[in-house]
Amino acid sequence: MTSAVAGELSAELRGFREVQTLAYACAEAVAAQLKPGVTEREAARMQRDWLRERGVRDWFHLPFAWFGDRTAFVNFRIPLQFFPTNRKLEPGMPFILDMAPVYKGFTADIGYSGCLGLHPVHDKLLADLEAHRELILREVRERRPLREIYEDVDRLMVRQGYANRHRAYPFGVIAHKVDRVKERRLTPHLFGFGTQSLKGLASDAIHGHRDGWSPLWSPYKFSDHPPRQGLWAVEPHLGFRGTGAKFEEILVVTDSKDPEQSAFWLDDDLPHVRRWAEERAAA
Amino acid sequence: MTTADIHKSTGGVWKDARERWVRTGGVELCVAELGDAELGDAERPTVLLVHGYPDSKEVWTEVAERLADQFHVVLYDVRGHGRSTAPRPLRGGFTLEKLTDDFLAVVDAVSPDRPVHVVGHDWGSVQSWEFVTVTRTEGRIASFTSMSGPSLDHFGHWIKKRMTRPTPRKVGQLLGQGAKSWYVYMLHTPVLPELAWRGPLGKRWPKILERVEKVPSGDYPTSSLPQDAAHGAWLYRDNVRARLRRPRADAYAHAPVQLITPSGDIFLSERLYDELELWAPQLIRRTLPAKHWVPRTRPDQLAAWIGDFVTANEDGLPAKNSVATGKHADRFGGQLVLVTGAGSGIGRATAFAFAEAGARVVAVDRDAESAARTAEMSRLIGAPAAWGETVDVTDEQAMEKLAEKVATEYGVVDVLVNNAGIGLSGSFLDTSAEDWKKVLDVNLWGVIHGCRLFGKQMAERGQGGHIVNTASAAAYQPSKVLPAYSTSKAAVLMLSECLRAELADQGIGVSAICPGLVNTNITATSRFVGVDAEEEKRRQKRTSRIYGLRNYPPEKVADAVLRAVVKNQAVVPVTPEARGAHLMSRFTPKALRAIARLEPPL
Repeated sequence: MTSAVAGELSAELRGFREVQTLAYACAEAVAAQLKPGVTEREAARMQRDWLRERGVRDWFHLPFAWFGDRTAFVNFRIPLQFFPTNRKLEPGMPFILDMAPVYKGFTADIGYSGCLGLHPVHDKLLADLEAHRELILREVRERRPLREIYEDVDRLMVRQGYANRHRAYPFGVIAHKVDRVKERRLTPHLFGFGTQSLKGLASDAIHGHRDGWSPLWSPYKFSDHPPRQGLWAVEPHLGFRGTGAKFEEILVVTDSKDPEQSAFWLDDDLPHVRRWAEERAAA
Repeated sequence: MTTADIHKSTGGVWKDARERWVRTGGVELCVAELGDAELGDAERPTVLLVHGYPDSKEVWTEVAERLADQFHVVLYDVRGHGRSTAPRPLRGGFTLEKLTDDFLAVVDAVSPDRPVHVVGHDWGSVQSWEFVTVTRTEGRIASFTSMSGPSLDHFGHWIKKRMTRPTPRKVGQLLGQGAKSWYVYMLHTPVLPELAWRGPLGKRWPKILERVEKVPSGDYPTSSLPQDAAHGAWLYRDNVRARLRRPRADAYAHAPVQLITPSGDIFLSERLYDELELWAPQLIRRTLPAKHWVPRTRPDQLAAWIGDFVTANEDGLPAKNSVATGKHADRFGGQLVLVTGAGSGIGRATAFAFAEAGARVVAVDRDAESAARTAEMSRLIGAPAAWGETVDVTDEQAMEKLAEKVATEYGVVDVLVNNAGIGLSGSFLDTSAEDWKKVLDVNLWGVIHGCRLFGKQMAERGQGGHIVNTASAAAYQPSKVLPAYSTSKAAVLMLSECLRAELADQGIGVSAICPGLVNTNITATSRFVGVDAEEEKRRQKRTSRIYGLRNYPPEKVADAVLRAVVKNQAVVPVTPEARGAHLMSRFTPKALRAIARLEPPL
């Protein structure tokens, strides 16, 4: 992605930004409707319905919802535990909504952390996520190997007193690549993941394997390479004694020589970023 | 029916107590009030302390003095005890109905317009259960703190339930409590108990209390003991059989209840309170590692819990919400816990676990920022207070300063966790004297300083406590690559066991924790001697990776620490491999020595 194709790039980025905005709007709309007694399954369905009504036909993955200590993946052992359960929301409970809709061929993957009522620990976790957003961007711009950035994120979490919960994700990933997805009439999904997106990821994995990079950003050897240009859905996830919080959004990596342009967050007008700005303004 | 005359103190135990006599039902009750009268008794919550058998109100001296700064404290001698007169005839004069009359008369005299907070010990608690469950006292009681005295009605139902549906466990519970209640049967014998109390038993009782219960000698028991004990026998004879045979079906508490259970009570089984929630809907449980006479042996802890409970109920907050909900919150709520090496790993996880149990936490680390962070997070998850302190545990003077500061600003530490430690790997011949000194300084001397300074404070206070030392599975598992580290940890283990023997008599427990391979950053900061810097870095990375793959979380070690304190365990191997090695060290030490010769894959 050189500057020669900047126009085309920005058009494409606009598409991704549009779907990310849509997804966050969905998260905020659903979060506003959550009441005590709503189950994770109902919350996931609410997200699905909201996005379907607005034209989403395909998914990178279907919406998830985690309530209470499931936000920190307490006792998660097998991937099936990620799927929404009949856990009911209670006053003071933290929750996470996570969805990855495909809209007009563009993919978003977002995570939204909230809480039903006051929860000082949850507030603290959310506030402490800001340092991770900064750290990731800085080190990606420095073109540090992804595995090292991962380890630095991990160290920061430990210093903050938290457990690294993205380690519980498949392959322990903190991020994965996203790309455009071909629009098809049929959009089947496999274990909650859209087959088109899986296909894209698989082909990336195969090509990447040949060239020494991986579309999954993990603590393992296959992530021992500098950031690959493209779009990465980054999701640092903090856990602290039964409370978890994360954000997930798209980081754009380009081949620009200008450090500012070499990597940037797709959109800075997101709920968690606005929240930090408000907190700073209040302080 | 009630008249009260106020007298100046006639020289009881307290100098500034105001005494008065309350006449009711043919007896005169001696009532003492504490607290600064100028502050106005009416403005401050009234705490009414009811004593047990064979005591008089003086059993409460230590607790009452501690509460008097904050509350209007009232005590009275139960009829027939201390300086109160006895009913005539004695038979039938001690029924719970009459004791309730007395209670109401006292309450009317000392706090006519405002409900009082009742605190009962032993028989004082038994009768207070009656007060708090009968309708005629409704609105007169704001809260009730019960220790070592169940409701006879609840007890009756407890027995019935176990008799009608006996299972082996229930029969065991029945027999257990039956054996503990031997003295109740004795007291039902006519005349003999009185003779014994007025004769040899009365004379020897203070010594018995001192020896068996570790009750410090002092102003208690008073000289009226033989008389009190003889009269008090009627408490049992007038009530026990009648109530146990026909317990009231409506004995529900109409005020919030705080139940304090001493775990070493030789008269009452902890099982008695199994389903108490059914009778007392607003119940808070507290557990104390002590014997029966807690008002004498644990006044600090009692005063703190009573004060908190009274304040919470005065403020109109549901007291239940103000109590932490973590594991063992009944045991550690409000206690002061100091953890060294609390800036990361096992120390930090331990501080958090205590915080969740509602303890006040002093997080000590040589890194100021991480100590402060641990303290901050502790407050968020339930610690009523938490402080971060920056100290290097090897620095004797700094540790002394810390001990002094903690004692004056936060109080005497109830639980001390000596956890700070560093790793060192490499063969003995490669380990320099400097390296040895460093490891021993932190791992052994740090523990010695902690035990010496804080253990001394605990012993001097004389109200129990607990010391936890973090040793290691390496303490009993020899290895050719960890000679210095293992030696330091073996020393910690032995030190803990010796100290445990020494402090047992003072109610201070000592535990050594031997974690095993736990995923903390000790591996990343361990020194590897005998190799160059690059190789050292590689080995640090590699061991961190192995420990990471093993992935045993420090939180589980923290759970083991809390459990060790609750159960007063001596040596606690934590991970399965630590437990396996511990077994081998006892039964097949030869095999362990063979393993020690293997080169670990580094």
